[in-house]
Amino acid sequence: MLALEHVAQSYGSKPILSDVSFVLSPGQIGCLLGPSGCGKTTALRLIAGFEQLSAGEIRIGAEIVSAFANGRGHSLLPEQRRVGLVFQDYALFPHLSVAKNVAFGLSAMPATDRRMRVAEMLDLVGLSHEAEAYPHQLSGGQQQRVALARALAPRPRLLLLDEPFSNLDVELREKLSLEVRDILKQEAITALLVTHDQHEAFAMADNIGVMNKGVIQQWDTPYNLYHQPINRFVADFIGQGVLLPGEVLNSRQVEIELGVLEGSVDGDCSDEGGCTQCDLGCRVDVLIRPDDIIHDDDSLLMAEVERKAFRGADFLYTLKLPGGQRVLAQVDSHHNHAIGEKIGIRLGVDHVVAFRK
Amino acid sequence: MITAEKAPVAGAFSFVSNASSRFGPWTVALALALLTLIPVTVVALAMLDPDQAIWDHLWRHVLPELLVNTLWLVIGVGIGVTVLGTGLAWLTAACEFPGRKFFSWALLLPLALPAYVTAFVWIGLLDFTGGLATWLRDSWDITWTPPIRSRGGVILVMVLALYPYVYLTARTAFQGQGRRLLEAAQSLGVSRRRAFFRVALPIARPGIIAGLSLALMETLADFGTVSVFNYNTFTTAIYKAWFSMFSLPAASQLATILIFFVLALVMLEQLSRNSAHYANSARGSGGARRIRLGGANAAMATGFASLVFLLAFAIPLIQLLIWTSDIMVSDLDARYFDFAWHSLLLAGLGALLVVSLALALGYAQRLQPTPGMQLTARLATLGYALPGAVLAVGFYIPVAGIDNLIIDTWRDWTRQEIGQVFGGTLFVMLLAYSTRFLAVGFGPVETGLARITKTMDEAAQVLGTTGMKRLFRVHLPMLRAPLLAAAALAFVDIMKELPITLMTRPFGWDTLATRVFEMTSEGEWERAALPAVAICLVGLLPIFFLVKHSDART
Repeated sequence: MLALEHVAQSYGSKPILSDVSFVLSPGQIGCLLGPSGCGKTTALRLIAGFEQLSAGEIRIGAEIVSAFANGRGHSLLPEQRRVGLVFQDYALFPHLSVAKNVAFGLSAMPATDRRMRVAEMLDLVGLSHEAEAYPHQLSGGQQQRVALARALAPRPRLLLLDEPFSNLDVELREKLSLEVRDILKQEAITALLVTHDQHEAFAMADNIGVMNKGVIQQWDTPYNLYHQPINRFVADFIGQGVLLPGEVLNSRQVEIELGVLEGSVDGDCSDEGGCTQCDLGCRVDVLIRPDDIIHDDDSLLMAEVERKAFRGADFLYTLKLPGGQRVLAQVDSHHNHAIGEKIGIRLGVDHVVAFRK
Repeated sequence: MITAEKAPVAGAFSFVSNASSRFGPWTVALALALLTLIPVTVVALAMLDPDQAIWDHLWRHVLPELLVNTLWLVIGVGIGVTVLGTGLAWLTAACEFPGRKFFSWALLLPLALPAYVTAFVWIGLLDFTGGLATWLRDSWDITWTPPIRSRGGVILVMVLALYPYVYLTARTAFQGQGRRLLEAAQSLGVSRRRAFFRVALPIARPGIIAGLSLALMETLADFGTVSVFNYNTFTTAIYKAWFSMFSLPAASQLATILIFFVLALVMLEQLSRNSAHYANSARGSGGARRIRLGGANAAMATGFASLVFLLAFAIPLIQLLIWTSDIMVSDLDARYFDFAWHSLLLAGLGALLVVSLALALGYAQRLQPTPGMQLTARLATLGYALPGAVLAVGFYIPVAGIDNLIIDTWRDWTRQEIGQVFGGTLFVMLLAYSTRFLAVGFGPVETGLARITKTMDEAAQVLGTTGMKRLFRVHLPMLRAPLLAAAALAFVDIMKELPITLMTRPFGWDTLATRVFEMTSEGEWERAALPAVAICLVGLLPIFFLVKHSDART
């Protein structure tokens, strides 16, 4: 439904995006996730048609909406793309009521159809009772839903959402992102979301592209991004964890201070066919997530509690290993240990993620 | 030995009794509200006791012409300033074309030229004996020039002089919207051109109407321009009734009718204030690009902005300078130092008074932020809507009454005759100036005070700085720029002001503005240019101030 091929854009000589490619199939929800300034919003605006690309091609359905070839750019005007857009600040029209906001993109429709479509949309987002209210009379969450209804009303081929929940408080953000996902799935809408918040991305998206410095680092499912990050940036940006130095023993084993890890050694090391071919002693960094460290009173391996953060269901302990390395450990919340205390731990890694030094 | 610090005794707290803390603010605000209430009431009283003979005369010979002239003027200027101001504001706020940055602020410069100066320059240029007309005749044998001395001419000149009011407010409104809303419209399948009419214009409407009502209030208040054109309106009629027919009742009856027009405008403005509630919620993020005009459109935009700039500012100013350099040697004499001194003195005293009163009103409102106080403050600053001619009559009558009372009482007591005590002194002028220009000073002061947040006051208090110390260490430093702006604006407005000065000045007290009036009423354009240049150059100062502190630079 949406395809980007080798899309690039630069501001002057400064590249904003380089070689961005991905595909969304119909009904799929994609997400571009990355720190601010990584180019994700620019990518969204390129797809919407507000920015011009300097290389590559963007297709919506079978139609080429933006392309740059032979030194000439071609770009369909934003209003001709049939793309819905939910803005970060919602950009609701303040002089129009909720119903009129939703009807804004429907001027080509006969009046009765328009009224029905507006009612249908308001019903979908659960705001039928606020049809005559004005945007400034609504709460943030309600404004958000009006923005969604307004964008969906003209039946766009593709829905774009720019940090749609960042103006809401945390609780509402989680609730609403699941709600919006349900609505999109129910209507079988292809959507692309842009955010810096991985919880939002995980809650909403089927596929996520982690972006940094204008480049998509990894385009994958949330599960794979967490468990099989392909490089240090993704490993660091997604979830928590530390990198411990280790040594490759063979293609199935890596040794770190905590012991020998068993499992297929991949990541950027094996990408080059490196570790499986290199001799013993290849030096790597191994990703250890907090849930890879298991608290076990019977274990002989002891670590000292250096910091602790109570998170309700569990504790996040920062543990100092005898060798001076630090790891994070996620431990059930009834295991309340004091700072300075030594506790037993063992490894529970079922998949080795290693990066060559 | 360590002892616990002594708990503060009750005396260490300062309890301010509610009654006394309310008393001060209300006294100030009510006193200032009287400034507008007195002249309006005085003038309106004339309506209760109409002199039938005068009324018949006015009704038969004067009013029909005045009403027709005024209506044409209001409609023509209204449409003109709206189209010109809004169009230019949209071009410089949302589009990109060659010279946009320059025009963004340069289009404000006509504010420095009083309308009556622009008026006499254009008449001087286009009249049969004028420079342009003579040149066309001699060099090209063209005997036709635009008939400037016409209803269309007055309207055109007023539009050129007053469009910046709409330009300024509309531009701020367009910029406040950000481009996000237009993008939202586009993403919903609406083209940019249609989005302007469906989104940008409706949201900017309160701002445009606010600017429009200001421009129309200036139109109704105008005395100088219509005098130059011999175009009879209420202000010129009031002047003639008073100074040619010596009939104060006729003058005040005319003033009452004028007040009805003003009231309509005040209501229009109030309407725009009421519907402005959503304009603030539209304060979107900007960020997005301007609409880049290409080829012919860009050339048209630059050409249009240049034309307005030339007609409204550059050509009049250059012509003034040429005339001035021609006349300088023969006409600049000792009298001019008197004119200039009188102007500076009046403007200086007036500005000082305006700023002090505005500051007092600002603090009254800050200390007592209730709806009632807000209404009172609005009433007190409503004087800007009252034409100078109305204020002159409205203050002259009660002051003359008080004077007569004093003279009579004095005669009864001492059997000696004395002259006027207040009448014919600067007192009446300054009173009228303060009323008319309080709003000019109050605007910046109010914004400045609002910028000093409650939490800043509390932060200062927690750090041990309260009362007078807080005033000097926190408030005044933060208010310096707004106070300067208020003073500069009031100074220039008073310097340009014509009807109040003309009608209430002490005998023989000529200023630069009255000199311009005197010379233009004799058709001596060149000799009028000399004092006019001085007014315009001083007038440029606050424009630069305005440009520097507004968003007009971007």
